[in-house]
Amino acid sequence: MMQMLCGGCAGLPVAWVAPFAAGFLSAPVGVAHYLVVGAILFTAGVVCMVVKRNALGVLMGIELVLNGANVNFVAFSSPGLRGEGAGALGLDGQAIALFVILLAAAEAAVALAITLNFYNNHATVDVDRADELKG
Amino acid sequence: MSTSSIDFCMPSAMLPLAAVNWQSAFFMLFAVLACACAVAVVLADNVVRMAFYLVLSLGATAGLFFLAGAEFVGAMQLMIYVGGTLVLLVFGVMLTAQAPFVAIKPSSGDKVLAGMVGAALLAVLLQAAFRVEAWRRPAAAAAAATTAPSATPLGMALLGIRVDDPSAGSTGVRSGYLLPFEIVSIHLLVVLVGAAYLARAKRRRTPRAIDVAASAVAAAERGVGASAHVSGGRP
Repeated sequence: MMQMLCGGCAGLPVAWVAPFAAGFLSAPVGVAHYLVVGAILFTAGVVCMVVKRNALGVLMGIELVLNGANVNFVAFSSPGLRGEGAGALGLDGQAIALFVILLAAAEAAVALAITLNFYNNHATVDVDRADELKG
Repeated sequence: MSTSSIDFCMPSAMLPLAAVNWQSAFFMLFAVLACACAVAVVLADNVVRMAFYLVLSLGATAGLFFLAGAEFVGAMQLMIYVGGTLVLLVFGVMLTAQAPFVAIKPSSGDKVLAGMVGAALLAVLLQAAFRVEAWRRPAAAAAAATTAPSATPLGMALLGIRVDDPSAGSTGVRSGYLLPFEIVSIHLLVVLVGAAYLARAKRRRTPRAIDVAASAVAAAERGVGASAHVSGGRP
């Protein structure tokens, strides 16, 4: 039926977009789609942690990494997404995601306190200036 | 079915709306928003804009959680992450956003190297994501049997009772999460007390710049008041 409808719209200027978009939007979402989103979030977080010189930028990279892991946990815990017998996390995934969110909040509080302390003592938030322990 | 879909198709003249899988459409919306904002966090140099893009990315991820059937986790993501952690980060940005630190640019060599390493890591992760055949399609049997959203199984599991899997308690392998819940709560309490201790305002030996400025302003006001008094008393 989708073929017929797209064929009926063939004279329109947007007709060459419609089959691609229809196939893209009507395909069901599996675990692999969520894994792709999680992989992109994780990679962006790792690059952010490595590249940024602002200490708060490094913190934001950590949040992105934890969030990417959370996406994977939730995807594997969803009963509608996973294939048969492949990665049956069930409720464990949601519970782990909750714990990750809580520990991320705790980690952000402590890291911000350390950052503010560093700013008070050194008057900067550049992590390259924190080299007093360098041997 | 066909008449309704044609009725949808003809006025809009765009997509046949009946053929659109709305879960896939909203997944694409939230996924593109989350990934684009995560990349924007990396590419932005201004720390205030990075915080804003991070808010958008985490909010879109909460939408992905809702779509995956984890409503409670999505709500907690919105309340704790977007409402708590990000507000904390924004406060940190505001407290440290002096003019030279708003945009600290990394060197271009670091950017190129990090881009190459990130691309390699992304290639490995994507290949791993698409390797398993069963992960690409949703489970046919489970997709039809969607129940009403409820946080009861998760809440009972946090109290140590598994209502979703009754046979789990007898074996003792997959029981509830009462002990991790208690550990995490004590951990959170200790960490927050420690953070408050670390970030407390200390008494300083040398006067801070803001105190010097405040005392200068007070001295100037005293001088202005004295001169006004003198000028008022003269005629």
